Amino acid sequence: MSSLKINQEAFIQAVLKTLRKAETELPEDVVNELKKAFEKEVSPVAKAQLQAILKNIALAKKHSIPMCQDTGILIFFVEIGRELQLDFELEAALKKAVQKATKEIPLRPNAVSPLGRKNSGDNTGCGIPDINYSFVPGKSLKITVAPKGAGSENMSALRMFNPTEIDKIKTFVLETVVNAGGMPCPPLTIGIGIGGSFDKAARLAKKALLRKLDTPMDAFEQELLNAVNALGIGSMGLGGSTTALAVHVEKAHCHTASLPVAINIQCWANRHASLVLKGEE
Amino acid sequence: MEYHLKTPLKSEEILKLNAGDVVYLTGAIFTARDEAHARILEKTEKGEKLPFSLEGAAIYHCGPLMKKEAGWKVVSAGPTTSGRMSKMTPPLLKTQAVRAIIGKGGMKNVTKALKDSCVYLAYTGGCAALAAELIKEVKTVHWLDLGMPEAVWELEVEEFGPLIVGIDTKGRDIFSEVREKAKKSLKKLERV
Repeated sequence: MSSLKINQEAFIQAVLKTLRKAETELPEDVVNELKKAFEKEVSPVAKAQLQAILKNIALAKKHSIPMCQDTGILIFFVEIGRELQLDFELEAALKKAVQKATKEIPLRPNAVSPLGRKNSGDNTGCGIPDINYSFVPGKSLKITVAPKGAGSENMSALRMFNPTEIDKIKTFVLETVVNAGGMPCPPLTIGIGIGGSFDKAARLAKKALLRKLDTPMDAFEQELLNAVNALGIGSMGLGGSTTALAVHVEKAHCHTASLPVAINIQCWANRHASLVLKGEE
Repeated sequence: MEYHLKTPLKSEEILKLNAGDVVYLTGAIFTARDEAHARILEKTEKGEKLPFSLEGAAIYHCGPLMKKEAGWKVVSAGPTTSGRMSKMTPPLLKTQAVRAIIGKGGMKNVTKALKDSCVYLAYTGGCAALAAELIKEVKTVHWLDLGMPEAVWELEVEEFGPLIVGIDTKGRDIFSEVREKAKKSLKKLERV
């Protein structure tokens, strides 16, 4: 069997296109949930916020400009088909695509060294963009990019509970949302990772944000969403009925002695886009 | 109530605004975030004059993304988190007759400093494409040595909004009211 290949230049161009889409067009399921929130909102102040958000989304798409000036740091999820053979370095190609995107879309240069705070100027650097790899059956390559802004990321939290403290998870979620108030730009999507390890819980929480908002929530997720919305924080923290659009929980088995819980807060601009490239002989 | 106001703002126009009112601004506004606030304070402490007048001005907490072509052009200019400017705002208001502060997320411990003189106007976070559309012209830039996001940009805006009066001149603060209410309902839940 001859091996299946993907051309590097085609790959870079496809990533650039996907990045542009992620920054300028919000996924349809997210827009639909924001529209629903607008329809059912009774507070005129919150309604005005949601109306501005919807107008902003339409304008960004129409003019193909970033919907928020915080174009985020870039997080990639790469699913590699096992039948593929890549003759270029994936990480280097992704970095190149990000540098190109920074100039051409343009993106705000956000990546700095953590202590020296020196800006690299092109959104790349040590460990950035963040790339998560997994191997899947088949002959295609799927890339998902999720730009993450700092306003909401800064409001995220992780706690290592005792295994007997399962009933405290709900309060932890609510406390995190109350402390954040209007700062992470609600209506939020809340991604929660339960189990795994210290780092795995956080990764699960981030992955939970990628789940489509029109997929049904289970009873626990719905209970958390109802409790969050009962807080009345509302759009932009100005009060209102929708503080979050969805709560998504991802779980993994964990050590019998631990219960890690990570909460990843996402602003209304739950940005992400994917592309699939098929290998050629 | 909905108001359409022009800058520079007059004191009596600000005093009639109530928390929850909607405002649209037209005229010049000044961007200023962390570094610009620090420099304004440094200069005024030394008794030096600022290169721009903040008399009746609206300050916008914003670090815009600009592009230089023939002149400067705004690409994207949404509000940044105002909470970071909370501490520097009361001393700034002591020497500058600023009448409006535009930002997102609200501010802490500023109601006293804003009393009878200045309003906090909340602009919808993340709405950078919409904001850029309402900015008609970049009039000038001051202190560009602070870097593009931290410089003071004088922007000409038209019907900039909707801006919600988050903190009025009478001491009402919607953000803290909402936060206190949420804290109370959380406590109730913990007791169950």
